Amino acid sequence: MSASRDGAARATDMSAFTGTWRLVRLALRRDRIQLPVWILGITVMLSSSLASLAKTYPTEAERATVLKTAANTPTILVLRGPPTGTGEGQLYAFQLIAFLCVLAAFMSTLAVVRHTRQNEETGRAEMIGATVVGRFAPLTAALTVVILSNALLGVLITGVLAGDGQDAQGAAVFATGLALNGIAFAGIAAFAAQLTDSARSANGIAAAAIGVAYALRGAGDALGDVHADGIRITSAWPSWTNPIGWAQQAFPFDANRWWVLLLPLALFAIGTGTAFAISEHRDWGTGLLPSRPGPAKAPRALLSPVGLAWRLQRGILLGWAIGIVALAAGVGTLTDALREAMEDNANANDLIRRLGNSTTADLITAFYSSMATVTGLIVAGYVVQATLRLRTEEAAGHLEPVLATATARYRWLAAHLACAVLGSGAILLASGAAMALGASKASGDLGESMGELVPALLVQWPATLVFAGIVVAVFGVLPRYTIALGSTAFVLSLVFGLFGGLLDLPQAVRDLSPFSHVPALPAVDVSWTPVVLMTAAAVVSAAGGAVAFRRRDLST
Amino acid sequence: MTTSISVSGLVKTFGRTRALDGLELSVDTGEVHGFLGPNGAGKSTTIRVLLGLLRADSGEVSLLGGHPWKDAVGLHRRLAYVPGDVSLWPNLSGGEAIDLFGALRGGLDPKRRADLLERFQLDPTKKCRTYSKGNRQKVAVVAAFASDVELYILDEPTSGLDPLMEAVFQECVREVREQGRTVLLSSHIFSEVEALCDRVSIVREGRTVESGTLAQLRHLTRTSVKVETVRPPVGLDTLTGVHNLVVEGHRAAFDVETAALGDAIAHLTPFGIETLHSAPPSLEELFLRHYERERVSA
Repeated sequence: MSASRDGAARATDMSAFTGTWRLVRLALRRDRIQLPVWILGITVMLSSSLASLAKTYPTEAERATVLKTAANTPTILVLRGPPTGTGEGQLYAFQLIAFLCVLAAFMSTLAVVRHTRQNEETGRAEMIGATVVGRFAPLTAALTVVILSNALLGVLITGVLAGDGQDAQGAAVFATGLALNGIAFAGIAAFAAQLTDSARSANGIAAAAIGVAYALRGAGDALGDVHADGIRITSAWPSWTNPIGWAQQAFPFDANRWWVLLLPLALFAIGTGTAFAISEHRDWGTGLLPSRPGPAKAPRALLSPVGLAWRLQRGILLGWAIGIVALAAGVGTLTDALREAMEDNANANDLIRRLGNSTTADLITAFYSSMATVTGLIVAGYVVQATLRLRTEEAAGHLEPVLATATARYRWLAAHLACAVLGSGAILLASGAAMALGASKASGDLGESMGELVPALLVQWPATLVFAGIVVAVFGVLPRYTIALGSTAFVLSLVFGLFGGLLDLPQAVRDLSPFSHVPALPAVDVSWTPVVLMTAAAVVSAAGGAVAFRRRDLST
Repeated sequence: MTTSISVSGLVKTFGRTRALDGLELSVDTGEVHGFLGPNGAGKSTTIRVLLGLLRADSGEVSLLGGHPWKDAVGLHRRLAYVPGDVSLWPNLSGGEAIDLFGALRGGLDPKRRADLLERFQLDPTKKCRTYSKGNRQKVAVVAAFASDVELYILDEPTSGLDPLMEAVFQECVREVREQGRTVLLSSHIFSEVEALCDRVSIVREGRTVESGTLAQLRHLTRTSVKVETVRPPVGLDTLTGVHNLVVEGHRAAFDVETAALGDAIAHLTPFGIETLHSAPPSLEELFLRHYERERVSA
């Protein structure tokens, strides 16, 4: 009797997973383009970086010099990771793991949310849930797809590294760390998707987790102790708090500490375990965090095209502004440490200059220039996301009833564009001030820092607006491709502009990024020609896009 | 009598698909005009052209005396639109969405807004994300009827409403009609169109196949008749305009073309009519007849 009851109970337990395999196949079918692009993109990025790193630092002595510089420069450690030695593989690990981990993490979290909360929000999960599909099947299927993707990524990365002639075990640790990082973030995303009732918020929580992870391990590495050899670093505890740090602390091509990789597995188990536990107890479509009621009447400020655009844009602006201004303030405070650590180091000078566009001899101003460029690039990311809202409003069907009111198309477009333009200007101004505030702690002269850094950041503005121009132009002419082309333009500029120098890309390719043309203030004097030309390019393409939008059909 | 909407020879293609193929539509000021057709017939495309959201490839379109594409903004101050598939911003409350649409249209009557919220039993404090399809439709319907406009363009506005709410909706349409306003009502629900509409246009594959008052449309079709007579009725099969005749002893059942109805009754009278049941064709039958003609020819 008790045996048969156990049997029945077990059958019920297993029925919660019924249909998982079908849902896995559905998810693979839906992602048949998206996931291969992510996986191959990350692999190609690794293999092209290997080639250029090998070319730039061909000898052990050169690698030792650059790593010694890095170990003594907190800013570089924040961006990269802990150096573990002077071998080729060790340099690769130092340069690339953090960057690749961020990409793999985004691939994983977006996929988990897409196949769980987004399905629930759109009502697709309701139709699926009414068929012979168990309660745990959607989440299990999403996780299976992400695990398969990361496993494939791991195999490809191992192959690329081993094919480059690196030690096989080191390659396996490198790739496994990367794959388990993605899997651990999938666990975090699974949890986030249970918390909120909208896919947008779940993606926001997951992205914040990735950002915090990157920042924490950066802080841990920057605060770490440099060994006697001047290269290796024992990272401080914050590096041990997250998957990106763990992938680095496994020390591929060095100690090959496999045991460290148990940590992301444990995090995955905790994240998914919690997610399953919540999903067993909550209703379809709801989140753990309750949806609060809103006002019964609209405030006056909402009741215009500008009011509506601001309401839809303010969250995006606030999120980016907080992150960027905090980053700028942190960069500013590094001035002092940087001056001490790198005063006499020619190689570090060189590295910093390659990040920016400057050729000046003064390291500190070169550092400011390159950080201004980096900040400008991130602000361009905000501009792209803010202007893409034009297309998402249209595609979601929100635009149609608005244009059926007495709202002119130009006015609606201008309202959103104004948020992006003024928002990016405000972020640049605030981050210039924040960087100056941080820097003035070292120099003691706030006025001078402001005078140097606020213009250095504001001069990035036209370049960021070029992206608004590109997005509006595509939105006007090829609305269905707005998101694909807009994000591609941004990613390419990021790669060409930020890593063009490091990757030794030809100048002609690097010139495709607007940021290659920004005057490198404060290292050089402002030259107005590129500023005026970029502003003109932004205005002309946005105006062209607006005219095309006025003349075209709405399309969903 | 003035015309609020006049469309003739309207053509709209999407790639190789010809969504509208010479569509005709004429809506008089002050009438409730039913716009009927199967899915994909081109009703929503026509409405989007009228709203200046799509551009006509060819044909004449006039809306409230203006051009729907060129004069879009000015015209939209004078009309209210309820889409068939209402999509709202997930993080706005229903009340905020109603006020927003009202303000963008040029203002709404707060008393009427409160009254409509009450009648439609809509909670305006809920976030739009949490509304069901029917409640999202209520948001759009309340926003439309709380606006002081000349023309209401309603694209299957009640597909998500329950019968009680459907009745409230019909009341609202009658109220605006009594105030002399014009309504273009695209619908799938025959009883709704029969209850509300002065005139009807039926479209199929981007073309208008019938247009007129319900009485006129009925005239074009057949009445079904069931009759019981004292003596067995004979000779019905010799009459023109009688179809599907079944005679069983004293009973007969047949369909008769409206023009031949009088002759049929005159023929039956000598047999001594005991009971007579005649049903005018429902709009649904009218509609299905156009479908069937299509299926037969296909």
